[in-house]
Amino acid sequence: MSNAVISVAELKKSFKEQEVLKGVDFEVRRGEVFALLGSNGAGKTTVVNILSTLMKPDEGKASICDFDVQHQPEQVRHNISLTGQFAALDGLLTGRENLMMIAKLRGVANPGQVADNLLAKFSLSNAANRRADRYSGGMKRRLDIALSLIGKPAVIFLDEPTTGLDPEARMEVWKTIKKLAGGGATILLTTQYLEEAEQLADRIAILHGGKIIATGTLTELKEMFPPAKVEYIEKQPTLEEIFLAIIGKGEDVNEQ
Amino acid sequence: MNSNTGVLLWRLMRNIMRSPDTIITVAVTPIMLLLLFVYVFGGAIKTGSDNYVNYLLPGIMLIAIASGVAYTSLRLFTDVRSGLMARFLTMPIKRSSVLWAHVLTSVVSNAFTVVVVILAALFMGFRSGANILDWLMVAGILGLFTLALTWLAVIPGLTAGSMEGATAFSYPLIFLPFISSAFVPTETMPGIVRVFAENQPVTSIVNAIRALLFEGSVGNDIWTALAWCAGIMVVAYFFANKEFKRQLG
Repeated sequence: MSNAVISVAELKKSFKEQEVLKGVDFEVRRGEVFALLGSNGAGKTTVVNILSTLMKPDEGKASICDFDVQHQPEQVRHNISLTGQFAALDGLLTGRENLMMIAKLRGVANPGQVADNLLAKFSLSNAANRRADRYSGGMKRRLDIALSLIGKPAVIFLDEPTTGLDPEARMEVWKTIKKLAGGGATILLTTQYLEEAEQLADRIAILHGGKIIATGTLTELKEMFPPAKVEYIEKQPTLEEIFLAIIGKGEDVNEQ
Repeated sequence: MNSNTGVLLWRLMRNIMRSPDTIITVAVTPIMLLLLFVYVFGGAIKTGSDNYVNYLLPGIMLIAIASGVAYTSLRLFTDVRSGLMARFLTMPIKRSSVLWAHVLTSVVSNAFTVVVVILAALFMGFRSGANILDWLMVAGILGLFTLALTWLAVIPGLTAGSMEGATAFSYPLIFLPFISSAFVPTETMPGIVRVFAENQPVTSIVNAIRALLFEGSVGNDIWTALAWCAGIMVVAYFFANKEFKRQLG
C-alpha cells in the first residue's frame, strides 16, 4: 500500500464550455501539509469540491484513505472535513452551540466536553457564549477550523483559509494551522498567496491552466528554477511589517 | 425522524427563537388584513354570513402560511450561501435530513403563526361550534398545505441567485386567496374570473375548512382540497429533490 492518503489521477472537470481541470495528478502523504497553489479561477476549489464529495468529476479518479470519492462517498465523508472559502458557521448560535451541533451530528461521545476542549485550544473560551456573528473575522475562522476538527477526521481541507482576512487575523490563522499540522491530520490547503504556501506547507503543487505544473518542497521548487542572483539591496520593512509593529503584534501573536 | 434531523431542527428552531421578528412579521400581515377587511371593507361585503370574521379566517390562515414558507427559502438560501450547507453535505450524515430539518421547522413555525392569527381572530369575534375532531381535521389540512408549500419553497431556496429571488415566489401565493372564495363568494365574480376562482386550490381548501368549523361536516370540497395539497406536495418534493441532487453533480 502506498503512503498516499489523497491520490488524484487524471482529474478532469468542465463547466459548460469551459474546461477547468484538464488532467490533474497529485498525491498527498499521511500527516503532511500540502498546498495547492494557484491564481484566482485556477480550479483549486473545484479540486476541493470533488475530493470532498460535493461535485463529481467528468473523468479521472480520486481517492481518500483508499476510498473512491465517486463510488464510496459515504466512507470518504467519514474521513474528511471541509473548511470552505467562507467561515461556515451558524451566526445566530454561540460558538459553543456551533461546536455542540457539529459534535452531535458527527455522533462523538460527550459533545459538551469536546466543545469546551476545542474552545480552549482555539482561545475562544471567553467568547464561548457569544453569538458567532458577533465574532471578528479571525475568530470566525478559528471557530470554523475548530468545527472541522470534531470527530478527528484523517483529512482536513482548508480552502483559502485566509482570503479576506486582515494581516493580523491571517497570522492568527497561520498559527492555528501550524498547530493543526502537529496533530497528525493530513491537510490539503489551497491558497493564492505564495507566502502562505511557503509558511505552512511541507509540499507545494502549482495548479495552472488546468494542470499541476510543478510539485515539490519549497527547496525542490527553488532548485527547478534558475539559481538565485545575488544582489545587494537595502532591506526595507514591508508595509505589513510596519503595520504589525505599530499595533504591537509581531512574530508572536498573543491572544487577548 | 433520525437524530441528525433532530439536531438540525433544534438548530433552526433556536435560530427562529433568536430572530423573533421572523415570527412577528409573518403574523402581523395576516392580522392587519383581518382588521382591514373586518372593520373597513367588511361592512360593504355581503357574504350571506352575519359574522365576517368567521368567513374570513380560513383564507387568512392560508395567507399566513403562504407568507411564512418564504422564510424557509430564505433560511435555505442563507445556508447555501454561508457554506453551512457544504459543511453538512461533506459530513457523514443522511443528506435528506438537511432538507427535512428545514421542512419540519417550517411546519412548527407556521403552526405557531396560525395559532397567533386564530387568537387575534377570537378577539375580533371569531366563534366556532366545531368539536375537537373537526379542529384536528382542520389542523391536518393546514399541515398538509404547509408541507406542500414548504417543499415548493425549497426549490427557490436552493436555486436562487439573490435573497429577493429566494422569496419572490411567495408573492403570487399570497395573492391567490384574493381570487378565491376566501374574501367574497365566487358567485359575484364575472365569468372567467369566477371559473379561475372556483377551480384553484385555495377555494376548495377554504370551503373545506369553513365546512369543518361552521357546519360540523367535512363538506363537498374536502377531497378536492386534499388532492390539491397532496398533488402540489408530491410534485414540489420531486423537483426539490431533483434540484438538490443536481447541485451535487
